[in-house]
Amino acid sequence: MLLKSGQRSAVSSRLFASLLLLLLATSASAEADGHLRVLAASCAACHGTNGNSAGGTPVLAGLDAAHFRLQMKAFRSGERTSTVMHRHAKGLTETEIEALAAYFAAQPRMSAFPPKPLGKL
Amino acid sequence: MMQRRAFLKLLGATAAIGSFPGIARAASVKGRVLIIGAGYAGATAAKYLRLWGGEELEIVLVEKSTTFVSCPLSNLVLGGSKQIGDLTFNFSGLDRYGIKRLHEEVAAIDAGQHKIRMESGDDIPYDRLIIAPGIDFMWDKLTMLDNPAAQEAVPHAWKAGPQTVNLRKQLEAMADGGVFVIGIPKAPYRCPPGPYERVSQVAFYLKQAKPKSKIIVLDANAEIVSKKGLFTKAWAELYPGMVEYRPNSQIVEVDVGNRTVKTEFESVRADVLNVIPPQRAGKVAQLAGAANIDQRWCEVDFLTYESKVLPGVHIIGDSVAAALPKSAHMATSQAKVCASAIVSLMQGDAPDPQPVFANTCYSFVSDKLAMHVANVYRYDPTKKIMLPAEGGGVSEMPSEQEGNYAQYWAKNIWSDVLT
Repeated sequence: MLLKSGQRSAVSSRLFASLLLLLLATSASAEADGHLRVLAASCAACHGTNGNSAGGTPVLAGLDAAHFRLQMKAFRSGERTSTVMHRHAKGLTETEIEALAAYFAAQPRMSAFPPKPLGKL
Repeated sequence: MMQRRAFLKLLGATAAIGSFPGIARAASVKGRVLIIGAGYAGATAAKYLRLWGGEELEIVLVEKSTTFVSCPLSNLVLGGSKQIGDLTFNFSGLDRYGIKRLHEEVAAIDAGQHKIRMESGDDIPYDRLIIAPGIDFMWDKLTMLDNPAAQEAVPHAWKAGPQTVNLRKQLEAMADGGVFVIGIPKAPYRCPPGPYERVSQVAFYLKQAKPKSKIIVLDANAEIVSKKGLFTKAWAELYPGMVEYRPNSQIVEVDVGNRTVKTEFESVRADVLNVIPPQRAGKVAQLAGAANIDQRWCEVDFLTYESKVLPGVHIIGDSVAAALPKSAHMATSQAKVCASAIVSLMQGDAPDPQPVFANTCYSFVSDKLAMHVANVYRYDPTKKIMLPAEGGGVSEMPSEQEGNYAQYWAKNIWSDVLT
């Protein structure tokens, strides 16, 4: 395959970008062994285990990392209005938001399993 | 659920875990973690130990009750928009994680020997012990209520279940024009906004069914403990003239027969009386000798939730002595820090030196309107405690949108804890 130098650099920068993403994802999952897995799991009360919501809130599992980051920044700045999310977004550092974006993007989407209430007692 | 003998036999056998994505990737840890108490904190710890500790870790969950009744949303049973059965679950959703359950009372804890003794007399050894017993009531402060008959006549309804249903039935039986009196203990107690949500729910019911009735709030605290402005406004706007709030009104005596209470200042007679007693760490924490703060709450290391007085014993949930709200979300967050730290420790690694987690807590002021208090909490390495981060706070006003989020908060946290 013959490529002109401009094309070549476009390909290599794309390659670099995906390598970087891979690296980030890997380091995110390594990090996830400690600090990050607890922070991410703290979102589960509203967004389900590993971001697989049981309904009523967005599914974070497999969510595009850039989209996650932009929404969190918009909650933070007030550009996107919210009931609760601005509070959490403001309480997190930019690094934490980046790490959470990569963490949730890497989670497989699965159905949540809401437990069945025992009903009439 | 299984019988004790079968269970003890099973303790020696290998856990059979259905394939569950997320476990496969986890590093495997060997050893036995024993968890006493399967409320929000204990059940969460069991599940996340499996997710993070891998398949070889043995996880044993000891809980005397075979059902889980959610305290969050239980005030809605008083308001009439929920039934207790809507909030009651069994633990079968945890079986696929290969968590061994034993539904029996614990008789003793020998932290020195790393074992617990069951009521049956059997000993179960452990490598790490997690105690998540919730709260216990300090009946010694209200001795007149220290018997089942008195608690039937004057329910606390501060552990969801039959007590909640009892209080609802008493409200249903009350005549229009009756007086509902609620006594609130000094903080800290389980669920800081809970008593005020209860007032709102009772008002919601009475406004529809018995509009001439009245609510008297005897609060031992100097002011409403949580979401003060929001509750005050909601009572004035939604239930005008119905709620009378009296601060600094600690109940010191209860005349059960006459449903009359005494505070330092006055005597108040009720038609339906609900006294929420002062609280302390749950019975098992007391039994273990872990409640070292005023013999009430358990002091822990906030990196691991290991007891400051009992090495190898971790305490999570409402029993912990902390300036953290005793909420369900908080209990699950503490459970996750603890589970993660135990996995690290059993792998020979240091636990995360700076945990961060969130708390979101909703309160309903009618069947549909709710409001939140939400905070991120961050470990402060100098003070060695969890401190609220920037940005936390409460809703501007209750809304239906938040009511909807609150219902889904429940559905999501139940899924996270129980399945």
